[in-house]
Amino acid sequence: MNVRNKRLYLEDVTVSFDGFKALNQLTLYVEPGELLCIIGPNGAGKTTMMDVITGKTRPDSGTAWFGGDYDLLQLSEPEIVAAGIGRKFQKPTVFEQLTVFENLELALAGTRSFLKTLRARITSAQQRRIDEVLDIIGLSEHRWSLGRILSHGQKQWLEIGMLLMQNPELLLVDEPVAGMTPHEIERTTQLLLSLEGEHSIVVVEHDMSFVRSIARRVTVLHEGQVIAEGDMDKVQKDPRVIEVYLGV
Amino acid sequence: MNGDKQVPGLWHRTTLVARGGDGRFDRGGKWFLAVLALVAIGVSFLNQVVPSSSALHISAFAITLIGKYLCYGMLALSVDLIWGYCGILSLGHAAFFALGGYAMGMYLMREIGPRGVYGNPILPDFMVFLNYKSLPWFWYGFNHFLFAVLMMLLVPALLALVFGWFAFRSRVTGVYFSIITQALTYALMLAFFRNNMGFGGNNGFTDFKDILGFDLHSDLTHAVLLVITAAMLAASYIACRAIVESRAGRVVLAIRDAESRTRFLGYPVESFKLWLFVFSGIIAGIAGALYVPQIGIINPSEFAPINSIEVVIWVAVGGRGTLYGAIAGAVLVNYAKTYLTGAFPEVWLYALGALFVLVTIFLPRGIIGLIPARRPAKRQPRGGGEYQADAAATNAPPIERVIEK
Repeated sequence: MNVRNKRLYLEDVTVSFDGFKALNQLTLYVEPGELLCIIGPNGAGKTTMMDVITGKTRPDSGTAWFGGDYDLLQLSEPEIVAAGIGRKFQKPTVFEQLTVFENLELALAGTRSFLKTLRARITSAQQRRIDEVLDIIGLSEHRWSLGRILSHGQKQWLEIGMLLMQNPELLLVDEPVAGMTPHEIERTTQLLLSLEGEHSIVVVEHDMSFVRSIARRVTVLHEGQVIAEGDMDKVQKDPRVIEVYLGV
Repeated sequence: MNGDKQVPGLWHRTTLVARGGDGRFDRGGKWFLAVLALVAIGVSFLNQVVPSSSALHISAFAITLIGKYLCYGMLALSVDLIWGYCGILSLGHAAFFALGGYAMGMYLMREIGPRGVYGNPILPDFMVFLNYKSLPWFWYGFNHFLFAVLMMLLVPALLALVFGWFAFRSRVTGVYFSIITQALTYALMLAFFRNNMGFGGNNGFTDFKDILGFDLHSDLTHAVLLVITAAMLAASYIACRAIVESRAGRVVLAIRDAESRTRFLGYPVESFKLWLFVFSGIIAGIAGALYVPQIGIINPSEFAPINSIEVVIWVAVGGRGTLYGAIAGAVLVNYAKTYLTGAFPEVWLYALGALFVLVTIFLPRGIIGLIPARRPAKRQPRGGGEYQADAAATNAPPIERVIEK
């Protein structure tokens, strides 16, 4: 398989914690612009996989490439963010005492030093980008609201928006619809589908109906390995998946 | 947004309004600066021009007292900058204040020259008394006012830099940080108490004669010092305001609310904290330097741990995360202290403790929180639908949360 054609390429990645293999020779790839869903029971290694991709956890063996240019195992966490991988954590953390607009402003790619941010002004291009992202995440109406008064769903969208400000090529999204109302789930579905194509997206999720509504391709993890792959119907008929999920 | 493109820069104003501010100069800040100018000019006028027989005359004692309050206000400002906005609870800020004061004191001591009790043209009295043969090297240069001013800025800044560098780099936060700042100021107090440190031991410095040739016993000098103090306080306020309203200020708020998230966005959190801490230390140092010529004495008790804790109480009472609230708190609490220690000396500490408890429970946003926020409707930025008024009064979360942190 040609590594260069893939947005993300993991091969034979093994991570063990005190002998327990959280990932066991995991091999996985993500195409450019693809929206891939990863499902699996608790302890299947989903979060560990995200940790390996973002540099938080170093694997014992294996390789991990991002777009053929970046060897993820050689980069630090900030370098991986700069390379273009954005991660949304399970629990939304937005800055509660800042407005939606300011949250996005701080997520803008660019100056990070104290002295430079002291004088930083928003350029009209940046202003347009913020407006654009506000539009994508559907929070234009709330741009002057403080982060803390947003609903749970709005916080999740804002956090996705903060990732988008950095124009990541790959978005890792951990359980985006946990705790959302059906209406919010619906909007999140639309949001993620609208990002497909522009960005490669990896979604880890438990909610099966949500996964069914967004995923073209589903990968099932179990005990640190891929046990099934394909579209939702194919995966759900797979006997091993049925066994693991007790007939979901 | 109803499709209308905002002029770049305007958003800045509008977001500030959304947080209860009023553009570059928030409403409270404008009031504060106006009152400050009025007090400084009015009081010195009433002292200098109105004859002492008049009922309107303000005594030299009151001038000095007000000057002292303003210095304390500046110290409170420096604490609010790091505590209210960045969540760094320093319980050692009086150390920077005292160091600035000592630098000024060293200049004032050398300015005495041969007019001391022992008449030694080089050595201050306490050195003659302690049988010093020559001036210690670190006293060189303090006969020059500009050098002394440089030291008033540099010494607190350097201490803040070194201390902050170690503390923030090791990710010391919350209550642990507070405790080591207490240890810092306590250690400095013990050091300055020692006679052989060369800083006058427990007596410190006193008996100053003049500053830049102006007699420190004249009312006019004190009135001018008061005006200078007010001007420095205003300048510090404007500088702090500029910082908290810049993007750096928003990063600082972000650090306070979700430090690791800020780090994850790529901001060098430690460096932001360090810059802010050093700047805050410099303001505290300037406050101390202005304090000494007005009060006429500096000794190691200024380093006492309780002093730094009192500053935090002033800030909490006034209202954290507003800057002007901290200054108001410092002035009010110290006025109460002046009054109570005079009228009912034994009550003061209980009153201070009760004040802190009551404010924490009933006024989590401080006295400033009592002032109703400007009605948001009038100034509502276009499109901001869900703005809530209770967010307006201050940027700070309730006090108990920050203490827990």
